[in-house]
Amino acid sequence: MLRLINFAHSEIFMIGTFGALFATQWMGLEPPEDIHSGLPLILILVGAGLVAMAASGTAAVVLERVAYRPLRRRGAPRLAALISAIGASFFLQEVFARWRGRNPEPFPRVLAKRQLAGFLGANIRADKVLVFLAAIGMMLVLNRFVGTTRLGRGIRAVAQDPETAALMGVNIDRVITVTFLLGGIMAGAAGLLFMVTYENTVYDIGFVLGVKAFTAAVLGGIGNLRGALLGGLVLGLMENYGGAVFGSAWKDVIAFVVLVLVLMVRPTGLLGEALARARA
Amino acid sequence: MSWQGRLSRLDVRGRAADGWARLPVWARAGALIGLAAFFYVLPLFKVPLLDTPESDFASVLFYPVGVYVLMAVGLNVVVGLAGLLDLGYVAFFAIGGYTMALLGVHAHWSFFEVLPVSIVLSVVAGVVLGTPTLRLRGDYLAIVTLGFGEIIRITARNSNPLGGPRGIFGIPHPPNVGGLRFGIIDPKPYYWLLLTLLIVTIAAVRRLERSRVGRAWTAIREDEDAAELMGVPTFRFKLWAFAIGAGIGGMGGTVYATKAISITPDNYPFILSILFLSAVVLGGSGNLVGVIVGGFVVAYLPERFRGFAELRVLVFGAALVVMMAFRPQGLIPSRRRAIELKEPEPAGGLGTLPATPRQTGG
Repeated sequence: MLRLINFAHSEIFMIGTFGALFATQWMGLEPPEDIHSGLPLILILVGAGLVAMAASGTAAVVLERVAYRPLRRRGAPRLAALISAIGASFFLQEVFARWRGRNPEPFPRVLAKRQLAGFLGANIRADKVLVFLAAIGMMLVLNRFVGTTRLGRGIRAVAQDPETAALMGVNIDRVITVTFLLGGIMAGAAGLLFMVTYENTVYDIGFVLGVKAFTAAVLGGIGNLRGALLGGLVLGLMENYGGAVFGSAWKDVIAFVVLVLVLMVRPTGLLGEALARARA
Repeated sequence: MSWQGRLSRLDVRGRAADGWARLPVWARAGALIGLAAFFYVLPLFKVPLLDTPESDFASVLFYPVGVYVLMAVGLNVVVGLAGLLDLGYVAFFAIGGYTMALLGVHAHWSFFEVLPVSIVLSVVAGVVLGTPTLRLRGDYLAIVTLGFGEIIRITARNSNPLGGPRGIFGIPHPPNVGGLRFGIIDPKPYYWLLLTLLIVTIAAVRRLERSRVGRAWTAIREDEDAAELMGVPTFRFKLWAFAIGAGIGGMGGTVYATKAISITPDNYPFILSILFLSAVVLGGSGNLVGVIVGGFVVAYLPERFRGFAELRVLVFGAALVVMMAFRPQGLIPSRRRAIELKEPEPAGGLGTLPATPRQTGG
């Protein structure tokens, strides 16, 4: 959104996964299995989700304060912000590596991974349904927030032209902080969903996902939320089908080749919007 | 304040540079030769403070220090001069390394025969990558180059002729030159070889920077559209920058591989691209002396403080953040860029990412 490669976003996500993990520990859940259903399950998911979002959101805001704001104040070049984020990312990874060790930590299985239905030979599992619904839900909420609220309008204004936005009386610092908070909350929610599906986390978990998320955002068109969702879907599908055809070891290669091809035809991404074109 | 006023207000370094330019040619040449001689004899002594207590000093001077400096000089052409953000520079390091490994192990070519080939191959790879992608800008270019770096690494891991995940073993050392014996135990000859290549490269880049090509790069970096309108064939010069950067990267990879004996895909992780980039930005993007210092700092400090190995990544990360907060232009910034930075940034602009590589009105 803010045309800013947030390299430390993967660490925000990582903090979210740990947040979810700690939440389950406080609730006295034990790995590997502690299956619940009905109201307790919902309470657990909501509770862990809130903790994860709070952890990630706080981390994101602190990150913005420490690693981005001083640079913005001094009008540093974009590369400096990138390096600063990379530094923050090293720092956070290392903190968690020291604190929690370098081995993955298990997350209790709270949701029975029943197969709900078969569809064209594909298995539809309960946890995947949850992830899918939650992703759609979050996107709708976020889209609505950015599209209709006052702050959302501020975010769009700042994204388009920070200078003019400031002249129009938008408090840029506040808008950016809110954006980071939102990004952090989303990362926290993603952290919980990731934990429910993959059931473990480790200090450098965010890296590959961060790269993929960024690829998806570029593929869909930066600064376009629907584009990001579409990009994520296309990327995921391409990887898995491509992996099935050429062997799973080539999965990541296929993802990037697709990205290059798409960008050659549409340099602003699939749903690259006028915003990107106007600024290019 | 006038442009000149700002220049004179800069700092000691600005005046030092002026003084340097006023020195007679023989004095400058003498100083440079002296400096080069200093670096040639450096590994022969145990310099107090500078020495690395936990590892062999000459070996550290070769890798990481020398290799990082060479890579930083190469990446500086792409990032610092032409303003193209490349997040997959390690790809060229890998291409150089694998060329050395394949030709050395299977065709029994010596290092000196392989070197030109791997430089040419890296340049070709740079052109192949650059041709479709250099039309993209900013973030898009960054992510595509990042992808390229990953593609090279994963391809190496998945191809049997390239040794798969186990890599290639038994890469020959360079043949002996005169009294220099390139063996396993003594790292000094490798360091001298690398230093020689480095000096040649630095001299070449220096010349290039001051030429028409260099001015075209600056124009593109400052404002690509304006440059295009002024009649600079931007695409061609961007491709040049990419290709030259790639060639230097390939050279670094070749030297590294011939010393390393064996290479695996894991020698070329994404993080290495990031470290090279940190070296460039930390030292002062666009300034040759700056990026050399940057390469040295990024490579040397973690080795020097191996004693605190426990915490060094932590400290390195924090240092990057602090450094960027207090000196975003790098340790020894490019003078031209320093002037740009003094220009007030558009109020509260993210200051970081205009979609075009344009920094501020320059």
